[in-house]
Amino acid sequence: MSSPARTRRRPDTVDPIPWWLKVVGGLVIAFFILPTLFVIPMSFSSATTFQFPPPGFSWRLYENFFTNPVWLDSLGNSFLVASLTAVLATTVGTAAAVALSRLDGRAARFVRTLLMVPIVSPAIVVAVAVYISFLGWRLTGTVTGYVLAHTAIAVPYVLVSVTGALGGFDQRLLKASASLGASPLTSFVRVTLPLISRGVLTGGIFAFIVSFDEVVIALFLRSPLFQTMPVQMYNSVTVEIDPTISAASSLMVVAVTIIFILPLLLRGRAGSRQEPRP
Amino acid sequence: MSSNKIRWSSWLPLVPALALLAGILLVPLGKTFVRSVSNPDLTLANYEHLFTDGVTMTVLGRTALTAATVTIAALLLGYPYAYLMTRVSARTRGILLVVVLIPFWTSVMARNFAWIIILQDGGPVQSAFEAVGIDDVVLYGTTAGVTIAMTQVMLPFMVLPLFSTLGAIDRKLLLAARGLGSSPTAAFWKVFWPLSRGGVMAGVMLVFTLSLGFYVTPALLGSPQQSLVAQLLAQRTTLLLDFAAAGALGMVVLVITLVLVVWANRVGGTVSAIGVVATSQPKDR
Repeated sequence: MSSPARTRRRPDTVDPIPWWLKVVGGLVIAFFILPTLFVIPMSFSSATTFQFPPPGFSWRLYENFFTNPVWLDSLGNSFLVASLTAVLATTVGTAAAVALSRLDGRAARFVRTLLMVPIVSPAIVVAVAVYISFLGWRLTGTVTGYVLAHTAIAVPYVLVSVTGALGGFDQRLLKASASLGASPLTSFVRVTLPLISRGVLTGGIFAFIVSFDEVVIALFLRSPLFQTMPVQMYNSVTVEIDPTISAASSLMVVAVTIIFILPLLLRGRAGSRQEPRP
Repeated sequence: MSSNKIRWSSWLPLVPALALLAGILLVPLGKTFVRSVSNPDLTLANYEHLFTDGVTMTVLGRTALTAATVTIAALLLGYPYAYLMTRVSARTRGILLVVVLIPFWTSVMARNFAWIIILQDGGPVQSAFEAVGIDDVVLYGTTAGVTIAMTQVMLPFMVLPLFSTLGAIDRKLLLAARGLGSSPTAAFWKVFWPLSRGGVMAGVMLVFTLSLGFYVTPALLGSPQQSLVAQLLAQRTTLLLDFAAAGALGMVVLVITLVLVVWANRVGGTVSAIGVVATSQPKDR
């Protein structure tokens, strides 16, 4: 049955994937997935320590999380900071991305690279520099301080995401709308924005997660009066040995996963929306 | 004249982003630099101390060694994985890609907490080793434990650039080598490996550079006696309040990182990898 033509079409029969490669692949998959899975059974533990496996089942850690004002306040603070960061970073980042898409030359390339610096700089170096400056400006432990610092590191993500969306954008549309008498602002709102909305939304979601999950800068900016959830989680392993962190971790994993999957779902839906219209 | 006007106004939307970058990042970093070289007169004493205090160089060496170990481990695990990704069906490839991105979307603190549970004394890893007769495997509070946890987060940065390079290699070259009598091993080393070197280089540079700045993982899983450079920097800032000395150390770390990033960009391929990083999730750095 196996004609030469068929073998040529399916090189796998001559060149199979070695079994050991599949084993290595399986091990790497386990290495990627397993650690996170430990968090979920731990969150139903009845123990007062981090012992594993959990000695018994209990909702106590979740109860703790949702009744303890320290945990609830940090959760609320994180939501506040991340929401404000998302709005600010999306606005600033989108404006920058749209401007850069219309500029070229050395200066524009330099600015683009410059705006990416927060991504490649080590977080600890940024955190220390920001902390010392914010001490002088009295911004440590304030919502403003957290939002400004997180926005600075979130803008590059919006920039990349919106730039991607602008890739397929036809600049002639703007000339067309200008020739029809639209001001640059009207053109932006009525023409550009609807076409890049998905990139903007994805950027906003990234900015939210970057802030919501940020630990290093948050650790330096914390004060007894204001701290975010990752900081409280950090305290609960370093200072308090509080197993409530298991419940917090599980909630964080679930929340971030949902937020992260959102753009994928949106992309899927937008894809189906591109069907020919009547 | 009117075209000049348009040009200036088209730079305007960049002002908020640049102002934010300057205010939050460039000015603090600039002030850090000025503080590190003034006493208040111009001095390099803070930088000289880094070489002579007996601690900084040891810690920098340990950090570089840890980053190198993480890089090698990530390459050893990431290369076969990326290769596998190029060989399987589109559907399986999609699943493998989602799996790679898992460390990106699990929260930093949740992931590190999970490693504390796994590596702690009396934890599952230790029990597993005891079950096969190897007692007293201590990973929690050691550089080995830190390396394991860091490798997991850094693997995507190795796999993604490798995947794009390996996927572009024409597999018929391998079949040709086999047809000419080469063994599978020789065909790999003489044909496939040289063609994949660009991706290897990009992944290696990226993982090594990012590994130098880890703070949370070594702080939670390592020990203060075996601290890495980020911990030393934090300690000099918040405990010793020695802002000038911390500034000098921070500048050294920043310059090393940026030089490596620029070099990696020259080597090629890393720009796209950083793009992937940017649209994925940054963790812990």
